[in-house]
Amino acid sequence: MTERVETQGISGEHYNFAYLDEQTKRMIRRAILKGIAVPGYQVPFAAREMPMPYGWGTGGVQVTAAVIGKNDCLKMIDQGSDDTTNAVALRNFFVETTGVDTTTKTKDASIIQTRHRIPEENLTKDQVLVYQVPIPEPLRFLEPRETETRKMHALEEYGLMHVKLYEDIAKFGHIATAYAYPVMVQDRYVMDPSPTPKFDNPKMDQMEALQLFGAGREKRIYAIPPHTKVVSLDFEDHPFEVTKFEQPCAICGAEEIYLDEVILDDAGNRMFVCSDSDFCEERRDVGHVGHLGTNPLEAEGND
Amino acid sequence: MSLDIQNSEDLPLLQVSNTTKLYGGRIGCKDVSFDLYPGEVLAIVGESGSGKTTLLNCLATRLTPTSGSVNYRNRMGQMRNLYEMSEAERRMLMRTDWGFVHQHPADGLRMTVSAGANVGERLMAVGARHYGNIRDTATDWLGRVEIAEDRIDDDPRAFSGGMRQRLQIARNLVTAPRLVFMDEPTGGLDVSVQARLLDLLRGLVADLGLSVIIVTHDLAVARLLSHRILVMRHGHVIESGLTDQVLDDPQESYTQLLVSSILQP
Amino acid sequence: MYVAVKGGEKAIRNAHKLMARDRRGDTSVPSLSLKQVSEQLYLSVSRVMAEGSLYDAELAALGIKQSRGDLIEAAFLMRAYRTTLPRFGYSKPIGTAKMLIRRRISATYKDLPGGQLLGPTFDYTQRLLDFKLAADGEAPTPEVQEFEKEEVVPRVTDLLNEEGLIEPDESIAPDAPVGDITREPLTFPADRDLRLQNLARGDEGFLLALGYSTQRGFGRTHPFAGEIRLGEVEVDFFMEELGFEVPLGTMTVTECQMINQFQGSASAPPQFTRGYGLVPGQGERKVMAMALVDRSLRAEELGEEIDSPTQDQEFVLSHSDNVQATGFVEHLKLPHYVDFQSELELIRKVRKEWQEKREAAEQELIAEAAQ
Repeated sequence: MTERVETQGISGEHYNFAYLDEQTKRMIRRAILKGIAVPGYQVPFAAREMPMPYGWGTGGVQVTAAVIGKNDCLKMIDQGSDDTTNAVALRNFFVETTGVDTTTKTKDASIIQTRHRIPEENLTKDQVLVYQVPIPEPLRFLEPRETETRKMHALEEYGLMHVKLYEDIAKFGHIATAYAYPVMVQDRYVMDPSPTPKFDNPKMDQMEALQLFGAGREKRIYAIPPHTKVVSLDFEDHPFEVTKFEQPCAICGAEEIYLDEVILDDAGNRMFVCSDSDFCEERRDVGHVGHLGTNPLEAEGND
Repeated sequence: MSLDIQNSEDLPLLQVSNTTKLYGGRIGCKDVSFDLYPGEVLAIVGESGSGKTTLLNCLATRLTPTSGSVNYRNRMGQMRNLYEMSEAERRMLMRTDWGFVHQHPADGLRMTVSAGANVGERLMAVGARHYGNIRDTATDWLGRVEIAEDRIDDDPRAFSGGMRQRLQIARNLVTAPRLVFMDEPTGGLDVSVQARLLDLLRGLVADLGLSVIIVTHDLAVARLLSHRILVMRHGHVIESGLTDQVLDDPQESYTQLLVSSILQP
Repeated sequence: MYVAVKGGEKAIRNAHKLMARDRRGDTSVPSLSLKQVSEQLYLSVSRVMAEGSLYDAELAALGIKQSRGDLIEAAFLMRAYRTTLPRFGYSKPIGTAKMLIRRRISATYKDLPGGQLLGPTFDYTQRLLDFKLAADGEAPTPEVQEFEKEEVVPRVTDLLNEEGLIEPDESIAPDAPVGDITREPLTFPADRDLRLQNLARGDEGFLLALGYSTQRGFGRTHPFAGEIRLGEVEVDFFMEELGFEVPLGTMTVTECQMINQFQGSASAPPQFTRGYGLVPGQGERKVMAMALVDRSLRAEELGEEIDSPTQDQEFVLSHSDNVQATGFVEHLKLPHYVDFQSELELIRKVRKEWQEKREAAEQELIAEAAQ
């Protein structure tokens, strides 16, 4: 099912389709094409000022605006869910400026813009996944200078990245990076997958869909074309491991998916439920039930 | 001339010709030429401001000379002009085939990562991806520079000056470089700590058959470590030769002055 | 459907209504008109025009009204509007020597051609709250002197230049391309045209603090306020189709030229160096700070040791934009529970292992003690 929100207000005659002027869209598309041609390489682009704050998805919004057409169907998620506040705000922005169909169903979407998650369902060759990226530079917290990090990428000097992983193991016994876990793209560029949990990293490898990354404030675009090798960095004797949850989703019973921890009361009771809200809903629609049965929060009736 | 490995031991590792560095109209160093052979330790001595550090930086590609050339024989036996290499090649040299020991350890170490990671960094930079092996190598090297094994996870910030300097040396030597540059490596240390470090350095250099170019204002350091010596003044090399010869029988009056003022047995 | 943040859509709509209600405040008090804002809060309007990079006092007033007086938010509204405007081209450079001057002071000369003109300023006022203003006092009528429109008041730097005492303006070919930070991403090292653009729209507070730090010795540049001038300049535009220039109107600008420590070498005689600041509208504090920072950022060009933050291009230019800064600082308000969850999982695992290791060690000690 796709839902169409009534539009009103400031858009229409005042703004171009998808807000950006065509010249700007072409500039962004050129950056995207360059990114696709050099997987994992951060392409500088002249990010525009957008009508939402920097750090709130301006990069993803510009990428989506540059690739979206009238026949697209857009899904907008944040933290895996369609109904988080910023996902709602950004979806409304595109509804107002493009009038395209929107959906919460992963499989119905042609463009999925996301912050912090990759949907659980496998994406297909007809889909584009657009990531919102706050800090595109995986080496940034090891080396704050752009001039230096660009050189390190150019010369493939990635020893420092492993120094960080080494330190983690020496201190904690594990690689203590839980999200924004760095990856090597097509054996060449070390890339930040944006702050998705490392649980999602394996999905990036050989994905059928095109993956585009937009960082508005930092003015960078990068891309992973379909069927590209994406490897999470690790050591031979400390291989990359995905987060494993001890229990299934409390309300749909799904296993081996990413869960949100929800605190139910002040006595420390908590439940774990699917982070991907569409995935959870689909399962419940076809009759899957978790050990808590229905959603205890809904059962209490929030008014 | 053939470049087979047999011969390369007898060929210079570094050839310096007419290297000149000018700062505007002022001379940093001028027309310096010499050859350095494998396993040789060369000391560059002189007062501060004599141009010895400028020369060292020109040789180690940390400073671009105004004119002249510096050629280095790589592991394939080819002689390459350092300043005609790409930056990628130069940086590769610096983290594998070369070492650079700074006077202040903080300039050569990562002060906020552990001693183990400091030593392991070069290994990881050249592709080592086995944590256990990297750690074993780091442990071994810490032992060789007399740092206790249980300090491997400590930051150099918690180390004394002498320990930091030894750690910097281990960090440089872990990739078995062929050529090491040293800039006043004992400069900031107490006399007793200096003596221990010099002993350690002498042993390592001999064991590993390193070629070293060491800058020092301290003729005692030069005497202890080096085979040959260059005396610099006002940016020029005014005297050179075998270390013992120059220090025991200096020809230039300036060198005589240096020797008499500093080196009293 | 389950989501942690439920009913996002409805909540957002209502939050915006609440905001609009609070913005209006007590409805028994008349609503502000844009004219009231642009006439009576002109220094706020100036700041919003400068940091919003759009010279339009009425839009700036609207931004200020809409943002409830939050000037960074107002600058953000201006920027977001500005980016949608069609571009016809670039104006000709404005000529501040031909400015119709309202204020012009120099700290380096007692008197000089064109004179010292104090003009409208807070300087030398007693900073006493003026309760007459609270009672809606009328403005006094100042003496006003009419200037010849064509009069050129030479800039102090031009006077010094005649003697060769100050470095000349950089010699740049008149048709040399000028960068545009709104059209090309900033890369480092950035040339001075790009640096000045960045500073002109940079946050006043940030530049003020940086400029101040140079005065206190973090990258000292020994500045003298050579000249500060405020007034109106003509903006001309070259019409390709017509083949000649047409005036588009006038704009108010504030300009500051700092004269800084001199330099010399074997090849060049000692000369003073410059720092430059210019903003649209009236923004004296901003242009002075800007000129200090501009001069500091020239450290590399002038062969100075770079050891202070204000001399560091990448540090200054990457953090000067308050619209960027506020967005990224405030984005921490967005939900981050997915990331946080993965940190939770990890820290629990690591703590558990730490605990086990410690208990094992304790057991061993007890066992040893028992023996």
